[in-house]
Amino acid sequence: MTQITPQIVKDHGLSNDEYRRILDLMGREPSMVELGIFSVMWSEHCSYKSTRAHLKKLPTKAPWVIQGPGENAGVIDIGDGDAAIFKMESHNHPSFIEPYQGAATGVGGIMRDVFTMGARPIAMMNALRFGEPSHPKTRHLVSGVVSGIGGYGNCMGVPTVGGEVNFHRSYNGNILVNAMCVGLARQDKIFLSAAKGAGNPVVYVGSKTGRDGIHGATMASAEFDDASEEKRPTVQVGDPFTEKLLLEACLELMATDAIIAIQDMGAAGLTSSSAEMGDKGGSGIELDLDKVPQREANMTAYEMMLSESQERMLAVLKPGREAEAEAIFKKWELDFAVIGITTDTQRLVVKHKGTVEADMPITALSDAAPVYERPYTERAPLAGKPSFDAGKPVLTSLKTILSAPDMASRRWIWEQYDHTVMSDTVQVPGGDAAVVRVHGTRKALAITTDVTPRYCRPDPFEGGKQAVAESWRNLTAVGATPLAVTDNLNYGNPQKPEIMWEIVAGIDGIGAACRALDYPVIGGNCSLYNETNGEGILPTPAIGGVGLMQDVSRMATIAFKRDGDVVIVIGETRGHLGQSIYLREIEGREEGGAPKVDLGLEKKNGDFVRKLIEAGRVDTCHDVSDGGLLVALAEMAMPRGIGASVGVAGLPQAIPFWFGEDQGRYVIAAPFAEAEKIVAEARAAFITVAELGKTGGDRLTLDDKDSVSVAELKAGFESWFPNFMSGEDIPVTN
Amino acid sequence: MKSAVIVFPASNCDRDAKVALEQMTGQTPHMVWHQDSELPDVDLVVLPGGFSYGDYLRCGAMASQSKVMREVKAHADKGGAVLGICNGFQVLTESHLLPGALMRNAGLKFVCKPVALTVEETQSAFTRKYDQGQTVTFPVAHGEGNYFADDETLNRLEGEGRVLFRYQGDVNGSARNIAGILSDKRNVLGMMPHPERVVDDVLGGTDGRALFQGLIETLS
Repeated sequence: MTQITPQIVKDHGLSNDEYRRILDLMGREPSMVELGIFSVMWSEHCSYKSTRAHLKKLPTKAPWVIQGPGENAGVIDIGDGDAAIFKMESHNHPSFIEPYQGAATGVGGIMRDVFTMGARPIAMMNALRFGEPSHPKTRHLVSGVVSGIGGYGNCMGVPTVGGEVNFHRSYNGNILVNAMCVGLARQDKIFLSAAKGAGNPVVYVGSKTGRDGIHGATMASAEFDDASEEKRPTVQVGDPFTEKLLLEACLELMATDAIIAIQDMGAAGLTSSSAEMGDKGGSGIELDLDKVPQREANMTAYEMMLSESQERMLAVLKPGREAEAEAIFKKWELDFAVIGITTDTQRLVVKHKGTVEADMPITALSDAAPVYERPYTERAPLAGKPSFDAGKPVLTSLKTILSAPDMASRRWIWEQYDHTVMSDTVQVPGGDAAVVRVHGTRKALAITTDVTPRYCRPDPFEGGKQAVAESWRNLTAVGATPLAVTDNLNYGNPQKPEIMWEIVAGIDGIGAACRALDYPVIGGNCSLYNETNGEGILPTPAIGGVGLMQDVSRMATIAFKRDGDVVIVIGETRGHLGQSIYLREIEGREEGGAPKVDLGLEKKNGDFVRKLIEAGRVDTCHDVSDGGLLVALAEMAMPRGIGASVGVAGLPQAIPFWFGEDQGRYVIAAPFAEAEKIVAEARAAFITVAELGKTGGDRLTLDDKDSVSVAELKAGFESWFPNFMSGEDIPVTN
Repeated sequence: MKSAVIVFPASNCDRDAKVALEQMTGQTPHMVWHQDSELPDVDLVVLPGGFSYGDYLRCGAMASQSKVMREVKAHADKGGAVLGICNGFQVLTESHLLPGALMRNAGLKFVCKPVALTVEETQSAFTRKYDQGQTVTFPVAHGEGNYFADDETLNRLEGEGRVLFRYQGDVNGSARNIAGILSDKRNVLGMMPHPERVVDDVLGGTDGRALFQGLIETLS
């Protein structure tokens, strides 16, 4: 047996204290295989050891929550016996090293998390962060990530219906690729991962096991340095064709009642799937690795247990149902092997070539895994009103903002994703939320991913709140009732007290908003150590939200639809310029406090707007977010080239009014008679409301004076991305 | 009209085709698995979009060798109608049921968007319900839709009225902006745009309906 030296322990990413704990739990020195298993199961990626204590504070319950955090994905009740199953997960580190495969396998992994629970994936979303456009790697990374997401999702035949993209220098050495999958299942056909009972066959299905991705979970739990690209062999390679077969075969098997438990092999592969299934079922698992389908010769037990080869699943079947299951997997030309059995020992036993390579208590990998209350240093949020040059012409600034990297159209990206396959996409990318019909019904799910990282560094708590509030607002703006979220918490190194503070405050902010908005967290993922050479990313707690619409024909979109509609803003505009797009793009500064979210007003305003849409009274609605009110109006004018004439009499200061990023606001447009009623109702309900003007023409006109053609705005808005990617534009540094 | 949809392991528009056919004909099509060596007695066979066998090789190349394609060829040889959409078009050219080839998009990127098409020819079961020269909008969603054939073939296709749909602009680099072509016996149509995705109002268009209505009128 290999002597475990301090260097070996260190190479496995384990601290000395953690190794001592392993010695205690085992009562002896672990074998190399056991050490490898500990290293991945206790990695930050699998164990959530730095965040678990804080994640417990999040609200996870509501009458419509069927399954909260802890399973492969969360599940909510969407009526009529239907369930929506969804989760978001990061694939940041692999995507930086090898963008195409990193992003592709991120998509594949999150789809498996959803279909392993019995759902057919119906929509994909993503949240992407890249370095500044002028950074030499950015173009390459954008190109690789987008084609990787498309390459996998398009082949799977699941529409990629939206997402968000930011560019910022803090991501120069550490991009973020967060993928979200939403699936549909019947409530009586949801599969969990608890391997209950002894003597049941453990079956392996899908692709063969190779040497790819060994220690991926450990890599994802460390900071990057200049040598990171040498880690390319730990990035897995995706095979969407096999995943498509696996999806169909699993759903076919799930239509029978042969399955006791099923779990995909994601991070830490065979190790985490077997340990987690045994742990949740309170059983033991004995594996015979000689039976594992192998792609390469002479693989060791260590390699097989730590391989992260893609497109594999582990299932526990009812005894005697093996042949039936095997026939289904053979039909789909996939490997199928009985590789073990459940036991009543609560131990994970791994045999290979007649030798017991590992024999360890399963609870040592789960409950006994370390949990850290890492120290954190609070810092006061940034505050203060930044100065600005009041003389800058408003419409010139609008043009600049609409063609800024963070604001320009993302059409270049989403036209590379098949967003209409499955013939249920009712709202395509470019609006406030994607809307996907529940097949064969009038119901639809609205889906969005949101976070504003530039608010999260100056004020991690308000930034966390705002991410949730914006997600809730985006769902509301299409007319959906927001139901639940999945969170994807991307932060730097939690061992640095100032970063740990960002994490703790961010989670508190998310929790506060989710509680106030009745919008529970039903699953998520943490990605820490997003640093390169000691530089942390902006805190980026991405929120994936899902809402339900009862009648898809009443959906609202952002586009102005008729001439003569009255344009109304709901919510109070105070002119908050701190950390705004305006300040960054026009004044060149990232200063001031992040805007505060008043959760009470947020709910009140949103509920008011949603009722109007649900009643069929309003079909045109857009939330006001990045860039402020005037940007929102331009975004409503551009889709159909319908302009508007807007203005407010006696404005003390035009710039903060038009570009401030105050929260809790919506712009709606409705015909005159309806608009008058809406304004009266809002006033009666003590909701701040203002009439801004009327739609019509092909220009956006301010105060009956200055105007700009909508076509000209659109030309700038649409051209930045393609120009940047084709190298025709000199990148703008943000 | 009785119809069948061929299902390869990585077909992914098979359900879309099925739903569109159900909606338009009121009958459920037969779903025929790629390893089946018999086709049911049908008027129309649809080869749906997707990635057939993963298409890591040339798109549609492996599918053209499949058991079920022998049956589809026999059906076409007897004059039966075949509609190949997207990957189905690729399978049809690889199977030599249609001339030419579909190469990687000229822009080297997958492209998914609604595109305007001109109906170039109404003398076919597929287009008889459209007006000559009519503009219709169908979505495309493909990485390899760049139609290529030599000039002689292209001239023949044009001369014989076998170019049914033409893009109104460059979408993927296709020769003469060709989006859909007919076989010499006028019973096999291959097209990259997706008519089955535009039969439902809620999804933003119904321009695809007339294609199915033409088939129903001709074949029922």
